[in-house]
Amino acid sequence: MSEITREEVAHLARLSRLALDDAELDGLASQLDVILGAVAKIGEVSDAADVPPTTHAVPLENVQRPDVVRPSLPREAVLAGAPDAEGGRFRVPRILDEEA
Amino acid sequence: MGDLTRMTAVELAAVVADRQASAVEVSQAHLDRIAAVDDRVHAFLHVDVEGALAQARRVDDGLADGTVTGPLAGVPLALKDVLCTEGVPTTVGSRILEGWRPPYDATVTRRLKDAGLVLLGKTNMDEFAMGSSTEHSAYGPTHNPWDLDRIPGGSGGGSAAALAAFEAPLAIGTDTGGSIRQPAAVTGTVGVKPTYGGVSRYGLVAFSSSLDQAGPCARTVLDAALLHEVIAGHDPLDSTSIPSTVPPVVEAARQADVTGLRVGVVRELTGEGYQPGVEARFREAVEVLEELGAEVVEVSCPHFDYALPAYYLIAPSEASSNLARFDAVRYGLRVGDDGERSLEEVMQLTRAQGFGAEVKRRIVLGTYALSSGYYDAYYGQAQKVRTLISRDFAAAFERVDVLVAPTSPTVAFRLGEKLDDPLAMYRQDIASIPSNLYGGPAMSVPCGLSEGLPVGLQVMAPTMRDDLLYRVGAAFEAARPAPVPPLAWETS
Repeated sequence: MSEITREEVAHLARLSRLALDDAELDGLASQLDVILGAVAKIGEVSDAADVPPTTHAVPLENVQRPDVVRPSLPREAVLAGAPDAEGGRFRVPRILDEEA
Repeated sequence: MGDLTRMTAVELAAVVADRQASAVEVSQAHLDRIAAVDDRVHAFLHVDVEGALAQARRVDDGLADGTVTGPLAGVPLALKDVLCTEGVPTTVGSRILEGWRPPYDATVTRRLKDAGLVLLGKTNMDEFAMGSSTEHSAYGPTHNPWDLDRIPGGSGGGSAAALAAFEAPLAIGTDTGGSIRQPAAVTGTVGVKPTYGGVSRYGLVAFSSSLDQAGPCARTVLDAALLHEVIAGHDPLDSTSIPSTVPPVVEAARQADVTGLRVGVVRELTGEGYQPGVEARFREAVEVLEELGAEVVEVSCPHFDYALPAYYLIAPSEASSNLARFDAVRYGLRVGDDGERSLEEVMQLTRAQGFGAEVKRRIVLGTYALSSGYYDAYYGQAQKVRTLISRDFAAAFERVDVLVAPTSPTVAFRLGEKLDDPLAMYRQDIASIPSNLYGGPAMSVPCGLSEGLPVGLQVMAPTMRDDLLYRVGAAFEAARPAPVPPLAWETS
């Protein structure tokens, strides 16, 4: 089992949008090593090669409901749970860099 | 009339229906009980005194004018904090949703209210239902009423402990890898994971969407069946909800007969890793079923040996995707929004501070298992193994009607004992995970004590044959009534 480096965990943390400090990265690297070492056991299952994967326990296909307009939640009720709102909308932190 | 908090849900419903006590009195008795003991048990994250009494008054009025009916009208209930409750805090045991009040009810919540049940409050859980001890709750652990130094199981330890401490006669849990059944086993209560798709997931905060399933928790099998019937059934708001009639679980619980039923003991779910005391109680339970007229055979499900690794790839993968919705924009916590930091920086800070260690571990693990280059070996292979596990179930159910095993490999362990060893914690789920991967229903019913602590008998049935669980569970319970927790700490 290849060892997971701190750099690899840092990359995964970036993909996961988690700002982890060095201590957390080191801790996770060693824990992931142990956990991945254990779950790698599924590689031993030799009769899985030609088996279709299961994505869902109960395969239901093309579930539809009548295309009827229903009232949605009141905007105020939804925005009340947001960390910040303004003018009837979610307010978000800066998205673009300052204009040069 | 005796102590209201010691009664079953069936007895309480009768007391309310016969006007021996009002729904308000029944709820108040349980609220008083919570006030008296929950500082030591910590089963609840939020107690909704006003909401409970208001609903109890509505039920009393409705019973008087005939607009409220149903077998559980007026019975109080504890709801796991993973199900949305309109206007009532829903945290999922996480800081990231601290203070959030959902603008709508989950379908399960709605059905409970419509059936005249009274929601006492929201119960403690491992953060995002990731854990087997409630120690991963951001709000502190729940204590097992059998021994306050021990874990109540997880993730639904709060719901199970509320039952065992007589704070509520009924509770709702959710089960992704055993989170209803393992807490039931270690608290000496009854817990059922219904067939996947049998109970709506609308308004259930998602952990692993292909596995999550809400279900009933109770102190008796019949109480669980009545609650099962209230929450189950097709819901157009959940596209994975099964559009067919609910299995006759109440009838089966009343039937309580296993004569001629073929019971398979799963060879792979005993032996190494199972405590001798747990295994001894399990063997005795199987003998009891045989004495009651069941035909017992041993069956082999060879791929069950790979259920744990398959689960710990599939569930974190789905979680890493599901938990992306906690973006510091739409609900809950936002950290570091100082006008300078970008959206992405704020998102990263919020998620780093809002999620606990176990949640972060699983998000990173899932992200790894889904990444290019590893996908086929990990997530893809796990999904194939899932197919083989389902085929093992299908083959077994050609020979037998139900499968049995211990619910959990150990009795309740001490708080803190496995906190630094994630793998040891994960192994708690070793016997419960197969049913989640397959999708079939499974129950844990108390089967005696080991070291003075409860042991659970697990019964597993084919998809949409939830009724078989109740036949077996009720028959076993009638022969071997569940042990009553001594609650010695109450008087010490």
